[in-house]
Amino acid sequence: MSTAQRAAGGTADYLDQRTGVGLAVKSFARKIFPDHWSFMLGEIALYSFVVLIISGVFLTMFFVPSMGLITYQGAPASMNGLEMSEAFASTLHLSFDVTGGLLMRQIHHWAALVFMAAIVTHMMRVFFTGAFRKPRELNWVVGFVLMILGLAAGFTGYSLPDDVLSGNGLRITDGVVRAIPVLGSYMSFMIFGGEFPGEHIIPRLFTLHILVIPALILALVGLHLFMVVLHKHTHFPGPGRTEHNVVGFPLFPVYVAKAGGFFFIVFGVLALMGGTLSINPVWNYGPYDPSPVTAGAQPDWYMLFLEGALRLMPGAGMEPVIAGYTLSLNVIIPAMIIPGILFTALALYPFIEAFATGDKREHHLLDRPRNVPTRTAVGVAILTAFFVLILAGSNDIIATHFALSLNDISRFLRVMIFVAPILAFWITKRICLGLQRKDRELVLHGHETGRIVRFSHGEYIEVHKPLDEYERWLRVQHVPQRPLELLPAEDERGVRRKGYRRDAVRARVSRFFFEDRVEPVTPMELAAAHSHGDHDAIGSTTEGHQTPEISSGPERQVGQQVAEPAGGASGSRPGRSADAQDH
Amino acid sequence: MKAIAARRNHRFAPVVLLALALLVTGGLYAAFAPSASSAQTPSASDVEIGSRLFQANCATCHGPDAAGRAEAPSLIGVGAASVDFQVATGRMPMQMNSPQAPAKPPQFDDEQVRQLAAYVASLAPGPAIPTAEQVDPELGDAANGMVLFRTNCAMCHGAAGKGGALTEGKYAPTLEGVEPRHIYEAMTTGPQSMPVFNDANLNPEEKRDIIAFLAEQERGAAGGAELGSIGPVAEGLWAWVVGIGLLIACAVWIGAKSS
Amino acid sequence: MSNDRPSSDLTVPAATGAVSARGDVPERFENPGLPPHQPRRADSEPAADKRAERQVVALFGVSILGTIGVIVTYFVYPHDPSIESMRTANMLLGIGLFLGMFGIGAAAVHWAKTLMSDHEQAEARHPQRSDAEVRAGALQALSDGAQDSGIGRRGLLKGAVVSAVALAPLSIAVPLIGQLGGDWDVSKFRHTMWRSGTRLARDPSGTPIRAADVTIGSVYHVIPEDLRESDHWIEEKAKAIVLLVRLDPQDLVESDERRDWSHEGIVAYSKVCTHVGCPVALYEQQTHHLLCPCHQSTFDMADGAKVVFGPASRALPQLPITVDDAGYLVAQSDFHEPVGPSYWERLK
Repeated sequence: MSTAQRAAGGTADYLDQRTGVGLAVKSFARKIFPDHWSFMLGEIALYSFVVLIISGVFLTMFFVPSMGLITYQGAPASMNGLEMSEAFASTLHLSFDVTGGLLMRQIHHWAALVFMAAIVTHMMRVFFTGAFRKPRELNWVVGFVLMILGLAAGFTGYSLPDDVLSGNGLRITDGVVRAIPVLGSYMSFMIFGGEFPGEHIIPRLFTLHILVIPALILALVGLHLFMVVLHKHTHFPGPGRTEHNVVGFPLFPVYVAKAGGFFFIVFGVLALMGGTLSINPVWNYGPYDPSPVTAGAQPDWYMLFLEGALRLMPGAGMEPVIAGYTLSLNVIIPAMIIPGILFTALALYPFIEAFATGDKREHHLLDRPRNVPTRTAVGVAILTAFFVLILAGSNDIIATHFALSLNDISRFLRVMIFVAPILAFWITKRICLGLQRKDRELVLHGHETGRIVRFSHGEYIEVHKPLDEYERWLRVQHVPQRPLELLPAEDERGVRRKGYRRDAVRARVSRFFFEDRVEPVTPMELAAAHSHGDHDAIGSTTEGHQTPEISSGPERQVGQQVAEPAGGASGSRPGRSADAQDH
Repeated sequence: MKAIAARRNHRFAPVVLLALALLVTGGLYAAFAPSASSAQTPSASDVEIGSRLFQANCATCHGPDAAGRAEAPSLIGVGAASVDFQVATGRMPMQMNSPQAPAKPPQFDDEQVRQLAAYVASLAPGPAIPTAEQVDPELGDAANGMVLFRTNCAMCHGAAGKGGALTEGKYAPTLEGVEPRHIYEAMTTGPQSMPVFNDANLNPEEKRDIIAFLAEQERGAAGGAELGSIGPVAEGLWAWVVGIGLLIACAVWIGAKSS
Repeated sequence: MSNDRPSSDLTVPAATGAVSARGDVPERFENPGLPPHQPRRADSEPAADKRAERQVVALFGVSILGTIGVIVTYFVYPHDPSIESMRTANMLLGIGLFLGMFGIGAAAVHWAKTLMSDHEQAEARHPQRSDAEVRAGALQALSDGAQDSGIGRRGLLKGAVVSAVALAPLSIAVPLIGQLGGDWDVSKFRHTMWRSGTRLARDPSGTPIRAADVTIGSVYHVIPEDLRESDHWIEEKAKAIVLLVRLDPQDLVESDERRDWSHEGIVAYSKVCTHVGCPVALYEQQTHHLLCPCHQSTFDMADGAKVVFGPASRALPQLPITVDDAGYLVAQSDFHEPVGPSYWERLK
């Protein structure tokens, strides 16, 4: 035994005697995690957060969160001798006089943008693969709150340097807050400690930005990860993967190396960006003054949707005066109601879908997005709405870079905010159904080989290579959800059934979600496809095509009964509907 | 010669050729480019030639007496500065009548611009072309220029002078690479949508301070690539494309099986 | 743990119990289990294994070089706050940090991918729900505890606990929220510094403006001349900023009651947007339109600064101006309405 081994053994023994850590090591060290690139999107967010803390600590050592005015002496030349707040002056000082300070500032800002982008991408992955289903609904909500906290962290940090651009952002915040009925003026005073801008807002934002919000994020990240370990990670469907196992590699050593290594990769990429790409050069905007404003006045990307909503809203006649009180609908609708609807829909989505499926089982196998066309389409529609708002928030940049008229872009997007999500929904759903049909086609007839064979009687066919069982499994493994069926309003004795109304709503939601679907190939269908014609060995497709149809109309729905969703869900399913027809 | 011909397919040949071409162009330019001192005071013959140029090229829209028509403004009293700005940056003559006059390769050489300016200046007094000293960034105070620029200019041209959008397809052009003389002239004359900043509003020293600030901007960003200096939209795009793009590429590499 | 073939817990219970018409053909396909393991080159070829190890070592080496690069740059690179020098220093430090970090990450990942076991393993999942016995035990524990406390029987006690705990935070919340808003005098929104006779001055220098200096087509960004004498000049400036332009009097449309608010075509309007308060400052002298760069509300300066496009709903408030004996522009009074964004009690 070497000295190092003896020392390690001694330490382990010391710790275990005092904490019993052996049990934790035994049960966690070889815990299995599945491997997929999309499972690392959340890690990007986590690691950018760690980078934010490291670079943030560096910055706090030199930043002065004060709005006291001083005359600045120093670099850059365009700032020398100007009157500015200590917050702005210390930002210049830590950028130009502290070696590595500019790098840390830029890493911090890039990390913030990447943090939010990673949260959104991670959320998209979770949404489109159905990873939010039971038992993970609560973790979806925790993640949603983390996203909101991320927005708050970004917003409070963005305003700290006290420059003209972020100052105008605060001014817009003030305007939006004032629009709140009844309490608006008082809330504006509460935020700014008096009239805008006052001299309290930077210290207040600083406390929120470096203490309150990061502490909340840390606590919720802990909870988020705890639940991941508790639930064990979901995995994608594939041969050998079931609802009852998790297939992958052990935490120690594979994920210690891969996930640990990924932290350094994230840090490295952010350092590269901080070292080579200029971000938020506040000396271009200058210290805050209520009079100047710049073209291209926008917030960071994650707040752009709000900016876009404010820009899109037409103002004419949108400020009704009711009994002498002013109601600023031109601000309330875009800044509160529309984001409110979009975010509430996002936060509650797992519960809405669970209501539609009536499914009480646990789900650990992810959905392929094509196999749940309506959910995928709803997700794309919500994303499209956000994207339209982001475009609206960038309309001046789009106008100058694509030689368009600002006003025309706004008018066009005012229509698109309603039309685009519907179009996106419809197109996505069609694409998903098409991909599912393609899957069926592939399972039934195999891969095209490009080899043409002529039979003795003159017929030409292309030889198809059947799928092996592993390839096939991916395309036939899913159990499609069928719409819930509504029991009659009255029971057999003609008495009005309790809860019929709720069931009727539920059946309608369920029909919206699951009426259009393509069912996977069954062994019987495959056998039938192969036995058609007299050349089944090479998988002829000359006749007897089985074309999957989208089932529609109530006569085809054979599903669970709405009245007993819990019981029906975990047990066997009634016979298949005639979704695939010969013709 | 043979040795050179033999090497014409060498992989550095294009680079060498390009360098030579650049040297020749630069040398010719240095030899023939008019220096600031060559702009003499206009003579009577300049006015005469300018008048003929005007009749041939400008009178269709601005009228034979330069008093303007429905589609084009009067040029009486706009001064030599206005002509120099509009014609030397290629804005005039316009390709089509519109509120926006985009800069394009100038249609007249410097001599002709001087003659045109002399003619228009002879119609009525107006802002003159600034002297080299009036527009020398070295003599200006960039910090004062910053204060003036952000109050008077940044709302249209952007914080770093990279341009911005106006209403109905109009825009404030970028100030990057614009000659100091033209910046000065634009301020004094207020071309197209731009307001006028007369000497009572921004005096000549203040105009020079603004030029000094813009010259400071030409040095680029302290933190690396500028990304267009147009603010958070470009930064967000880079965070998504480069940041998330690179990191997802790394994640795909981590998740892929080794061969 | 590693296995190439499916273990017993990998098989899927048949999805349905129903037997199809053909009898021997199942209703659904069966999960074929994990595919056979494909060995990597490093598993079978000692040379490939050695090469991979060397690559990992080299990547760690890159990291060490990167870190050394940062330290050397810190001590050796001359500190010079010029733009060009800053850019080089920032790039050297950034690339050094990038190599220092990325090298470690790439080495660790490469190690995991090429040299650590790549046999997929399976671990069983268990339902999240605790089993019936545990649940019963938990319920029992809770009811025992509730029984012990007597909370169910003692209604008054229950009320007292809830009220005390609910009220306690108020001792912090009330003083905190009570003082966050300063003096809470929201009537300050109604007034600005402009008084009768206050000279209009250039922003930010504070030099007064003669009417004669405002030629047609020019635009002045204006503050009250005595702005800096105010104790709260930044807050006052946020309300008092004004945009001054001179229009051809033929172009100007004026209502009767405002006919004497302008001076020879010179009009002054609040620069604070009536939408959410951005400074509206993009003046197009040909169209007389004033555009807000934040949300693109557009106002017509020739026609009472009425809204012609965008999310603002109200015209910009006009500052009545005139000329004093020395020829300087002065305000006739304060604005006749609150400037800036709308709020609930604005018209009260």
